[in-house]
Amino acid sequence: MSWLGRLLGQKEKSGTVAKQRLQMVLIHDRSEVSPGLLEQIKDDIIEVIAQRLTIDRENVEVNLTQSARESRLVAEIPLVSRNGRR
Amino acid sequence: MSGKVITITSGKGGVGKTTLTANIAAALARSGKKVVAIDADIGLRNLDVVMGLENRIVYDLVDIIEGRCRLRQAMIKDKRQPELYLIPAAQTRDKMAVSPTDMILVCDQLRQEMDYVVIDSPAGIERGFRNAIAPADQVLIVTNPEVSAVRDADRIIGLIEAEEKGPGKLIVNRLKPEMVARGDMISVEDILDILAIELVGVIPEDESILISTNQGLPVVMTGANGSSAGQAFTNVARRIEGQKIPFLDLTAKGSLLDRMRGWVNGR
Repeated sequence: MSWLGRLLGQKEKSGTVAKQRLQMVLIHDRSEVSPGLLEQIKDDIIEVIAQRLTIDRENVEVNLTQSARESRLVAEIPLVSRNGRR
Repeated sequence: MSGKVITITSGKGGVGKTTLTANIAAALARSGKKVVAIDADIGLRNLDVVMGLENRIVYDLVDIIEGRCRLRQAMIKDKRQPELYLIPAAQTRDKMAVSPTDMILVCDQLRQEMDYVVIDSPAGIERGFRNAIAPADQVLIVTNPEVSAVRDADRIIGLIEAEEKGPGKLIVNRLKPEMVARGDMISVEDILDILAIELVGVIPEDESILISTNQGLPVVMTGANGSSAGQAFTNVARRIEGQKIPFLDLTAKGSLLDRMRGWVNGR
């Protein structure tokens, strides 16, 4: 949406919403990974990594991404350094 | 002669497979080709009424397969269009009365006398769909510009590739250009972006389709010139024949108000 649209407090158009919803649902359809399974995988990853490193558990993100017809599992795991700084 | 088998399928029901089958078959026949359309929706026969041939059915696809008639006896000749035929579905049986091998055998026979065999697939991904795609040289996937239909098309594209019948080609049916212009309908570009598949047709929503279907006359047979959908069907047939036909310009200008909304939405 353009800055002008945002300025006028416009809602997202339904065609755009449809496209975004489709992209989300197809990511899961194509990979046969449900949102629930993704949550489990995330918990498993946290457990494994946390055995070796101190991580910011609250901000771990595990997502499926899509490019053309190929799916990819992407995990982002913020580390917490020992002296307290990220 | 070795004819080409084209299957029209969609996953989701009600997107316009049967109307497309009737019109593509009729348009191919109008360009002088020998064409037979097969209704593969056993138990829910409908291609006959869309083509206006319902009063002339004696034998059907299952009669051929079970040996109760010869192939030619079940081919209803369309009197309005030379070299256009229909093999109707059986109405009192179910999908299990036909196997993928049966379909391959029937189509191999038809290939010898016809230029094109156009198969109307039932909705779904079960036996009826498997039967319809088994003999296909080319699969055309029909979708509408809505979330559920595009989602099902994506599933079908995957299944066709798994069956080594791919790559399929896409037809976007029932597009409303003025809704796309307003931002209230997914555009063809967005659908192609999501499905990553070759486009073979875009058919605009058009009242003349219902009017001609009411009369049992495929819209391409009515002369087509007044109807944008009729022209779009004819263009699909030409692309199937390998011609390079540009897509109809379906971009609605919209009212001044619509365009001003477009500026606000960043288009």
